[in-house]
Amino acid sequence: MAKKKFVVACFEDEAVLFPAVKKVRSTGYKIHDVYTPFAVHGLDKALGLRDTSLHTAGFIYGITGTSTALGSISWILAKDWPLNFGGKPHFALPAWIPITFELTVLFAAVGMVLTFCYICQMAPFVKKHHFHPRSTDDLFVMVIECTEKTNVSDLQAFLTNNGAIETEVQVAEDGWWLGRYDKNEVPFENKTVAA
Amino acid sequence: MHLKYESQLREPLVTGNKTYHQVTEDIVRPIEAKPSRLWYIGFYIAVALLCFGVYAVYRDVTYGIGQWNLNKTVGWGWDITNFVWWVGIGHAGTLISAILLLFRQGWRTGVNRAAEAMTIFAVMCAGQFPIWHMGRVWMAFFVMPYPNTRGPLWVNFNSPLLWDVFAISTYFTVSLLFWYSGLLPDLATVRDRAFTKLRKRLYGIASFGWSGSTKHWQRHESLSLVLAGLSTPLVLSVHTIVSFDFATSVVPGWHTTIFPPYFVAGAIFSGFAMVQTLMVIIRKVFEMEDYITLGHIEAMNKVIVLTGSIVGIAYLTELFMGWYSQNKYEGYTFWYSRANLFSPYGWSYWGMMACNVLSPQIFWFRKMRRNVFVTFFMSIIVNIGMWFERFVIIVTSLYRDYLPSSWSVYYRPSIWEVGFYAGTFGLFFTCFFLFAKYFPVIALAEIKYVLKTTGDGYKEKMGHIEEKPLETFVHEQSHSH
Repeated sequence: MAKKKFVVACFEDEAVLFPAVKKVRSTGYKIHDVYTPFAVHGLDKALGLRDTSLHTAGFIYGITGTSTALGSISWILAKDWPLNFGGKPHFALPAWIPITFELTVLFAAVGMVLTFCYICQMAPFVKKHHFHPRSTDDLFVMVIECTEKTNVSDLQAFLTNNGAIETEVQVAEDGWWLGRYDKNEVPFENKTVAA
Repeated sequence: MHLKYESQLREPLVTGNKTYHQVTEDIVRPIEAKPSRLWYIGFYIAVALLCFGVYAVYRDVTYGIGQWNLNKTVGWGWDITNFVWWVGIGHAGTLISAILLLFRQGWRTGVNRAAEAMTIFAVMCAGQFPIWHMGRVWMAFFVMPYPNTRGPLWVNFNSPLLWDVFAISTYFTVSLLFWYSGLLPDLATVRDRAFTKLRKRLYGIASFGWSGSTKHWQRHESLSLVLAGLSTPLVLSVHTIVSFDFATSVVPGWHTTIFPPYFVAGAIFSGFAMVQTLMVIIRKVFEMEDYITLGHIEAMNKVIVLTGSIVGIAYLTELFMGWYSQNKYEGYTFWYSRANLFSPYGWSYWGMMACNVLSPQIFWFRKMRRNVFVTFFMSIIVNIGMWFERFVIIVTSLYRDYLPSSWSVYYRPSIWEVGFYAGTFGLFFTCFFLFAKYFPVIALAEIKYVLKTTGDGYKEKMGHIEEKPLETFVHEQSHSH
């Protein structure tokens, strides 16, 4: 598979990272990704990423659970084998609310977690290229993808000027384990830089 | 950027002027160090209890549950008491992680991870009781609705006992997913610090290849928020449904409409007490005083005094209704079997009153709420009281049946019932000791996230800025750009 060249820049503080992200994007470099030790709010907007639709998926899974529960219980108790429980109606909707609710929650939660793992390409034996071991500890790691035109030393100097405490060049194999931005999501359009 | 600001009046949630790296060091230290002697002693005691429990259960299966002392009218005794007790304890974790997340309570970050783990282990223990109580446990799968050759004979979806099956299994699954998805970034932190190949590989597997990518964080946040939103009604529904096991029956003492809120409050009450027990131990043994501060302990004690008082009002309401309804069976149960100290089980009712209603009132005093010793002692008392509560509800309603000829038998548990209960303690603490050794007991990434708003070092800096007059501040800031 094709190899790609990246410049990896480490930042110590999110307050330095944000202006740097803005500058890098407005200069026209393509940010592959930023790896952070915790969820930095607003960073997705600064990078120009669109909102996630995971919650919509969760809603759809939930509705699936509701209809599965109501559909199967009605069929079982009213159609397939109508048992007489103390003379109560066969179609006893109020008594089914607890199980319907539980299945709604169960479907939504399981579905969302599986979807999350799928779209983030996460699974127990997945091996990914990690650009910097301290990106899960205390560093904010910005990874910039190089093209043929990129002047690597210029870029490194540029990043250092913008507050990076260390920069290095890495070569990684192309593929989905690098993230899926290079394929169907192209969030980094140079035209639309956040003000 | 961080525009969140927290008032100086609120006490810092992370003390010791930490940096991000120090947070990692402090929390990962117990995982990377050799376990202490205390850990080994505790772990072996837990495993010994577990083995005894396994033997008790082995006997249950071999000889049948006739070896328990359940009798003609007391068909539910220690088993269901313990089931409800453990489920109740299992409510605090999800409450802390879900409801307090939605309420934006910053202090939850220090305690949520361990509380969630506790929830999962407590629900595991709870599940044992109905399962082994079935007697013919190899037919346990009959509770699942599936097309079968016996008719098909379906389960009764109108029965609260089946609702329980769905509620408890859903609760367990969702809590597990919530807990583990939150753990992924923290396990990745441990993986990236691993000093042996085996560690790297194991934590690599456990962390699912988490990288910390911005997009992944964005989705992770969305996932956590929606799971919290789902868990909030879920946690309330579970104990509501457990209370339906009793409330939908026609047994005096059970047939009560206040059961759902009363059970939920009781569950939160006992759950927080168990969280306190474990947190006091963890902060001492792992030296986590900077992350589980007195402020955290105080906040939880406030919840305990609130829910304890709600439970107290429920007890008094029941007594009142026992008289006000003028129903002689209700009156007999509440005023003779329970509130009468000299009735056969009067000791359990007054034990419950003393532990659950009277003693938590000590937490109206700030000094007591912030006293670790008092907190630890009270947490044990509350859990004993909450066990009494379930025992009172179940046994005092059953031992005096409508039929006076069944009255003579005084129910007391056999050694195998006690052994089974002890075994679940073994299971709980075995799991908890392993968790404390191999997983970060405090949510690393979440602490780092709140560090710059609630850490004492950052608060101090903000304090200096606030001391300046507004004009000076605006002047400085406008010139720096």
